[in-house]
Amino acid sequence: MDRFLQTFFNPVVAAKYAPDIIAGIWVTLEIAAAVIIAGIGLGLLLACLRAYRIKVLNFFIICFADIFRALPPLVVILILYFGFPSIGIRLSGPMVLFIVLSLTLAAFAEEIFWAGFSSVEKGQWEAGIATGLGFSRTLVYIALPQAVRLAFPPLVNRVLAITKMTALGSPIGVSEILSSATTAQSFSGSATPLTMSVAAYLAIFVPMVIVARWLEGRTAWKKR
Amino acid sequence: MANRPMLEIAALEKRFGSNTILKNIDLKVAEGELVFVIGPSGSGKSTMLRCCNRLEEPTSGDIIVDGRNIMQGTSRDLDRMRLQVGMVFQGFHLYPHMSVLKNVTLAQRKALKRTKAEADARAMDMLERVGMEHKADAYPAELSGGQQQRVAIARALALDPKVMLFDEPTSALDPELVGSVLKVMKDLRAKGMTMLVVSHEMGFARETADRVVFMDGGVIVEEGTPEQIFGAPQAERTKAFLSRVSG
Ligand SMILES: Nc1ncnc2c1ncn2[C@@H]1O[C@H](COP(=O)(O)OP(=O)(O)OP(=O)(O)O)[C@@H](O)[C@H]1O
Ligand SMILES: [Mg+2]
Repeated sequence: MDRFLQTFFNPVVAAKYAPDIIAGIWVTLEIAAAVIIAGIGLGLLLACLRAYRIKVLNFFIICFADIFRALPPLVVILILYFGFPSIGIRLSGPMVLFIVLSLTLAAFAEEIFWAGFSSVEKGQWEAGIATGLGFSRTLVYIALPQAVRLAFPPLVNRVLAITKMTALGSPIGVSEILSSATTAQSFSGSATPLTMSVAAYLAIFVPMVIVARWLEGRTAWKKR
Repeated sequence: MANRPMLEIAALEKRFGSNTILKNIDLKVAEGELVFVIGPSGSGKSTMLRCCNRLEEPTSGDIIVDGRNIMQGTSRDLDRMRLQVGMVFQGFHLYPHMSVLKNVTLAQRKALKRTKAEADARAMDMLERVGMEHKADAYPAELSGGQQQRVAIARALALDPKVMLFDEPTSALDPELVGSVLKVMKDLRAKGMTMLVVSHEMGFARETADRVVFMDGGVIVEEGTPEQIFGAPQAERTKAFLSRVSG
C-alpha cells in the first residue's frame, strides 16, 4: 500500500512538478479552444456551401470530409511534423497539432451540420423562398438555426473527443498535459505526474460534460 | 368580370422527367376574385399553385402577376415578385425557432427592408386580423394547428401581396379548427384580396368562390360559377368526382 501511494501519490514529486502540469493545462486549453473555434467554423462554412448543391464544390467537400474522418489524426500529425520539413515546410509542433485537429473536427462538424441541414423540413425552405427571402437568406435565417440546434448533441461529443486528442501533441513535443506529465515522470522516475495528468484531464472534462448535458436539456423551441 | 387580371397562368406546362403533370393550363384570376380549384389527388393542383411563384419551375408557359411576367428577369426580380404572391401551405411551415411575431416580421425586415418598428406594427395589424395578436410572443409549438395556420396567413399578408395562394390550408387541421381558418379566408375575400384556393371545403366554395375550376389529369376540365359546377356539371369527369366527394 505504501509503495502504491509512493508511486502514484508522492507529495514531494507532486509539488515539484505541479507548475509544469498546470502550464500543460493551459497549453491544452489554448490549443483546444483554437481547434474548436476553427474546426466548427470551417465545418459550418463547408456545410453551408454544400447546401448550394454546386456539383464540383460538393465533390471536394465530401472528399475532404471523408478523408479526414477516415485518417487517424496521429498519422497526419507525424507526416506534417516529420515529413514536411524535407519538402521545405517547417511547422511548429503546436501549429501542426492545431491544423490537423482543426481539419479533423471540421470534417466531422461538416457532416454533423449537413445532417442537420438535411433534416430541416423542405417546407421550411419553401416558406422562406416563397416570402421572397431567396436561397441565401433562407439558409441563414431559417435553415441554419434549426440545423445548428439539431447538430448540437453530436457536436458536443465531437468537441470532447477532439479535446482529448490534444494528447497527440506529446510525440511532437507540444508541452500539453500528457507531454508535461511524461517528461516529469521520466525525470522523477515516479508515476505521480501521470496521476496528476489524470486529475488535470478530469478537471477539464467533467465541467465540459456537465455543461454539455445542461445545454442538451434545452432543446425545445419555446419561450425562454 | 370587368376587373383586370391580377394573376394569369398562360399555356403552363410542367413535366417531371417524362411525366407531363400539367398540360396547357390557362387561368386568369381577376383582381378581388376568389377562384377555387378542385380535383382528384394527383391531378396537379398543388403543382399548378407552386408554379405560380416558381417554387416549382414551369417547363414552359407564363405566369403573369399584375401585368408582370415572373418567368422573365433575374433571380432578384423573382424574389421581389415572390413578395407579391403570398402562399399558405397545408403544413403551415412556421419557423419553429422564432416567436409568432418574428415569424411575421422576418421577411418584412430581410426582404422588404422595413424597419423593426414598421415591421412590428404591420405584423401586429395582421395578427389582429387573423385573431392571433394575443399570441405574438408564443412559439409555433405552443399553438394549435388552426392558430398556426392563421399565423401563416398573417405572415404572408404582412408582405402586402397582390395574390394569395392557398394549398389545402385546412386539410391538416382537426375538424373543429377548420372553421377559424375559413373565417379568416372569408374575411380576406370580403376585403378584396385576390385568391387562388385549392381545397376540399366544398361548403366554403359554394359560399365564397366566384369561380370553381375542376382539374383532372393535369388539365382544367371545366370551370364555372359554384352553382354551375356543383349544381349542373357538364363534363362526365366532373360529375364522377363530385358524386365521389359528396359520398
Ligand atoms: N417533385 C416531383 N417529382 C416527380 N413527380 C411529382 C413531383 N411533384 C409532384 N409530382 C407528381 O405530379 C402529380 C401531381 O401532383 P400534385 O401534388 O400537383 O397533385 P395534387 O392535385 O395537388 O394532389 P393532392 O390532392 O393529393 O394534393 C402527381 O402524380 C405527383 O406524383
Ligand atoms: Mg396537393
